[in-house]
Amino acid sequence: MKNVFVYCEVTEEKRIAEVSLELLSKGRKLAETLGVKLEAVVLTDQAGDTLETIQEFGVDVIHLAESVELFPYRTLPHFRVVQAIFEKEQPEIALFGATSVGRDLAPRIASVLRCGLTADCTSLEIGDHVDTKTGKEYKNMLYQIRPAFGGNIIATIINPETRPQMATVREGVMKLEKADKKKVAQIKNYKVEEILKPEDLVITIIDRHIEPQKVNLKGAGIIVSGGYGVGSKENFKLLYDLAAVLGGEVAATRAAVDAGYAEHERQVGQTGVTVRPKLYIACGISGAVQHRAGMDQSAKIISINTDPNAPINAIADYAVTGDLMEVLPKMIAYYKKYSK
Amino acid sequence: MEKIKILVLAKQVPDTRNVGKDAMKDDGTVNRGALPAIYNPDDLNALEMALEAKDRLGNAEVYVLTMGPTRAAEIIRESIYRGADEGYLLTDRKFAGSDTLATSYAISKAVKKIDPDLIFCGLQAIDGDTAQVGPQTAEKVDFPQITYVEKLVEISPTQITLKRRLERGVETVVAPLPALITVHGSANPCRARNVKRVMQYKHARTLTELKEENRENSELFKDRPYLKIEEWSVDTIQADDTHLGLSGSPTKVKTIDSVVLAQKENIVLTSSDADVEELMVDLLKSRVIG
Repeated sequence: MKNVFVYCEVTEEKRIAEVSLELLSKGRKLAETLGVKLEAVVLTDQAGDTLETIQEFGVDVIHLAESVELFPYRTLPHFRVVQAIFEKEQPEIALFGATSVGRDLAPRIASVLRCGLTADCTSLEIGDHVDTKTGKEYKNMLYQIRPAFGGNIIATIINPETRPQMATVREGVMKLEKADKKKVAQIKNYKVEEILKPEDLVITIIDRHIEPQKVNLKGAGIIVSGGYGVGSKENFKLLYDLAAVLGGEVAATRAAVDAGYAEHERQVGQTGVTVRPKLYIACGISGAVQHRAGMDQSAKIISINTDPNAPINAIADYAVTGDLMEVLPKMIAYYKKYSK
Repeated sequence: MEKIKILVLAKQVPDTRNVGKDAMKDDGTVNRGALPAIYNPDDLNALEMALEAKDRLGNAEVYVLTMGPTRAAEIIRESIYRGADEGYLLTDRKFAGSDTLATSYAISKAVKKIDPDLIFCGLQAIDGDTAQVGPQTAEKVDFPQITYVEKLVEISPTQITLKRRLERGVETVVAPLPALITVHGSANPCRARNVKRVMQYKHARTLTELKEENRENSELFKDRPYLKIEEWSVDTIQADDTHLGLSGSPTKVKTIDSVVLAQKENIVLTSSDADVEELMVDLLKSRVIG
């Protein structure tokens, strides 16, 4: 009761998804602040050694449901089992990865439990709240913090009256940190066949094939990123040239992706990928919060912008005022000159 | 045989993709008036998939439901121009301030009144990016949901086959009807307006719009009843007030902060040869690159 729950997603390779491990890390801190337990929810066909992984994150209880109906993921069987667990356990907080699984499952759960859910949080904190109208005090609320409205403002959202307080978080936003000491978690098993009804099994998967991602932004040490200011898909070629020379990847802002300058997989930001490269070169990017949320942890940031007052310059180590069409070829030339 | 009823949930949104300097007020709040209102992009993909489903089934009709202020009737006209048969505008002051849960409650009440066999909606709306209203509506009307759909593979009056676009690949699923489908932005773009339909429906109005145009006594609807866009209120859909608006929304906005950046100490350069040379030498020396 009143504990912090993390829904642990099981990947194609039968491992716990990175984002779930990040949420366990964050969940542990929230649980410590509140003085409550951290509990994991795992739904799969056979847990195997996934439980070992979870134990490394200081989890107190693992809720385990094993059934062939639960892997690969389908909405209704997972929905029904998580609903049953939450109705029985009454979590204080429930966290889900903002993946195609978490964003499919969490809203349906929030709907049936009639509780609040905040999508794509970039920060989670515990704090108090006083209702300005009634003067009523609320202790230890989960602050669900996210950029809103195209990333131009930051909103702190709370759910004063309903439980669990639910949130989804993108991969790479929270830091992955194992617990100092390994804990032996209590395992609670569920009889899936007693929970599922025939109508939960109406959807059948007839084909799945995995297409590995072509773009690996998370693993890139150097990222050359373009915004709407790049101006065209053709101009983006210069970014590819620089990335090729430096051994990096090309990324883009949402505005650039929406304008068709770059593919969706390259989007960095709150609703895209979060990256922490050693070098981030921001070309023609003004720096909306929604974009910065995905890159401000980069070790070094270079901004190239015609506007000397572009907001991104505030977080840049080097702010180059100028036309990227002029600057990028020079960077390539000087790199070639000095790197040999 | 009865016609298959296909419903599209569409939303009018401020165009947050092109937020200019005048979009923010001095106090850091959003100046909605400065942003153009557009048809939510994913919802156009959803409308196209609904029209494709109708084309293949033959014996089907496409309805559009939108929730918003009076001007959101534009969404219904746009849908009709592109091929939808009819639309409903869900509008009431009591909806103001609804979060996704309260919104999906209102929509689910309207859905029950329409009683469709299939629902299509965009994966997410660009003003919130939550992707929550689709699944929450599905739960409230007790439909299975299929999210992240990229392609309509096959459809019959009893079942639908769909291809989903996931992070690392694709998945094909078969679902019985009824079902709610959320459509990914990578699905087929929506067909263009049909010129004949534009001519036929350009005067389609809600009653409120007619009043605003001071034409409430016109004979418009009497002669051409198909031009009337239905407006539904809280009473029409028999919704419970306490589940709507701010009071029906479990999420509350505690604070909104405009973003103030702590200025990092940085090196300011120009595009001159000397400056770019210095930059690259610096980066190589500190082994950031090379």
